[in-house]
Amino acid sequence: MSVQPGWPIARKLTLFLAAIVALLALVSWGMVTSFAREAAGRTQDNILAASATSIAETLRSEGGQVRLELPYAAFSMLGAISEDRVFYRVAAGDDVLTGYADLDGPNVTPGEPSFATLPYRDMNVRAVSVMRVILADGEAVPITVTLAQTRGGVQGIAAGLSRQAAYLSVAVFLLAVGMSAFAVRASLRPLNTMAQHVSTRGPSDLRPLRRRGPPELMPLVRALNRLMDRLEGSIKRSEDFIAEAAHRVRTPLAIVRTQAEIALHSVEEEAQKQTLRRVIRAVDDSSRSASQLLDHAMVSFRADDLARERVNLPALAEGVADALRPTAEMKDIDIALAMSPAEVEGDAILIQNALRNVLDNAIKYSPAETIVRISVGNGGGEARIAVSDEGPGFGEEPAAHLTERFKRGDKVEGVVGSGLGLTIAEEALSAHGGRLELGRNLEGGGACVSLILPAA
Amino acid sequence: MRFLLVEDNAELADSVVQRLGLDGHAVDHAATLSDAEAHLEVADYDLILLDVMLPDGDGRDFLARSRDRINTPVIVLTARSQISDRVGALDQGADDYITKPFDFSELEARCRAVLRRRGGLARNEITLGAAVFEPNAGTLRHGDAVMELRNREIRLLEVFARNPGHILSKSQLMDRLFSHDEDVTENAIEVYVGRLRRKLDGVGVRIETVRGAGYRMSL
Ligand SMILES: Nc1ncnc2c1ncn2[C@@H]1O[C@H](COP(=O)(O)OP(=O)(O)O)[C@@H](O)[C@H]1O
Repeated sequence: MSVQPGWPIARKLTLFLAAIVALLALVSWGMVTSFAREAAGRTQDNILAASATSIAETLRSEGGQVRLELPYAAFSMLGAISEDRVFYRVAAGDDVLTGYADLDGPNVTPGEPSFATLPYRDMNVRAVSVMRVILADGEAVPITVTLAQTRGGVQGIAAGLSRQAAYLSVAVFLLAVGMSAFAVRASLRPLNTMAQHVSTRGPSDLRPLRRRGPPELMPLVRALNRLMDRLEGSIKRSEDFIAEAAHRVRTPLAIVRTQAEIALHSVEEEAQKQTLRRVIRAVDDSSRSASQLLDHAMVSFRADDLARERVNLPALAEGVADALRPTAEMKDIDIALAMSPAEVEGDAILIQNALRNVLDNAIKYSPAETIVRISVGNGGGEARIAVSDEGPGFGEEPAAHLTERFKRGDKVEGVVGSGLGLTIAEEALSAHGGRLELGRNLEGGGACVSLILPAA
Repeated sequence: MRFLLVEDNAELADSVVQRLGLDGHAVDHAATLSDAEAHLEVADYDLILLDVMLPDGDGRDFLARSRDRINTPVIVLTARSQISDRVGALDQGADDYITKPFDFSELEARCRAVLRRRGGLARNEITLGAAVFEPNAGTLRHGDAVMELRNREIRLLEVFARNPGHILSKSQLMDRLFSHDEDVTENAIEVYVGRLRRKLDGVGVRIETVRGAGYRMSL
């Protein structure tokens, strides 16, 4: 099952936070810049106004003449700001008393200074006009003092402040992005841990998740647990169903077989005995086929999601041999074990099932009073369980096709079988990256079937 | 041997009781787990044959519950063939399992194997002339000599020993010795009878050939 990954949440969140931080940084930079410009402008205005006022203060009338002394201090105050150029004009109405005749100030009323930013001689200047009314010869003469200064200094200060603000904003931005990336990762950690916790579980581990976590994850945890619950329930139900179905089918078969055996004891006529034997054989045949079909389904199912545990092959072989020994004994067949240590990684039940089918064949195809040998060993990176018997063997025919589903050999007359045993074994092995080898038993002349698995 | 069969299907239970009876075993039948407990309280058994699916519970749970109280060996009768199921039963304390439908000779072989493993094999001696035959141990003692018999020899000698003086047909003996999927001729019986004759040499017991009818053991 493939999952198309979308945008990772971490990246999305980080980018989103970065965008917000960038916007905030930009806004704050703009505000600082405009404040700086305004503050610098206001300072200039104040100085200009003070200077113009102090010039106006020196106005007086002398014998009907308006006189003026330009105070040095007024200009030195202006010079304090920067290297900017200063222009002035003192006029009574339209008569220019002194200064730059072409300097036009803003309109002004007595008492209040008025300001304006004007173009002057290809420059941008800030100008202030102050009006003072002087009595000359008993006549009130309104005198306008206009003072102007270029704006280089003010702009310089504003630009400097703005640059500082920009540096600061960038620094804050970078810091904030870094911190949000960290914060995002930290808050996503429970999610990652949970994902890891779920994905490292074994295929059949359906226990509920019990991890503590942030409340935001709880709906997910609960949903997962519910899902696992339902899954477990449906697996259990289908297992129960299979068990129940098998029970229903096999119990009547067992009745038939038992009754046939009882009848076989009491009937005298050979023809009737033959019939009963045939019944028993058919029951055995169908029972065996049913088992192998189920086993086959189980192997395919387990192979899809292979368990990976350490499997000790000698112990496993011994268990399987013990389970089949009574069957072998019925034919006076001895099962001989030759073990050396071998370990593989995989699903013990699958390997057991593979060996069981192979050993079952060996017993089935062997004549009475022979020996079936199981050897377990390790070599060349491979673990090997070899089962050899003294039966008819595979003959000259190519044996490879015998592992195909429902394929039986040509020497099987009289032997019950479904043709699934080797298929099951081969499937179980190849799920582990191993294989089945069908060969000849060099000592006894029968078959030698090897289960080969990559050694752990 | 004395069996307790725990099986809810009455028809199957009846047949199994009857069939085991043919081999001279005594079988009590319990249809439920509580029935089984009641039986176990009043009687001793050599072996319990336990179905896993019973009306009042799972046979495996019963095993897990009672393993430390009941020391009788248990063979589980399962309808499922999956190894995982079998392994489950063995883990829960069964001594062995057998899949329904089962071959009674195999059931008997498994019972013997379990009892041998548990060391609980009752002594069951049959005197044959000057020798003592112990089917459970698979030995024939004659004076100081102890002869080991193979599985088929044991089964064959057992049939003869239990039916002294009766004529047993070849086909009867074959049903006893060979599984129904084996292709064997009646000559195969002669081989085994020949061997038994050699082993019984000097014991004072004879297996005679009855022309056209079969064999008879006379003490
Ligand atoms: N030990 C063996 N000796 C001889 N032939 C064997 C042996 N094992 C398997 N075969 C051959 O391989 C065929 C396929 O085996 P399998 O898949 O187990 O099916 P079956 O149920 O027929 O035994 C058998 O029919 C038989 O011809």
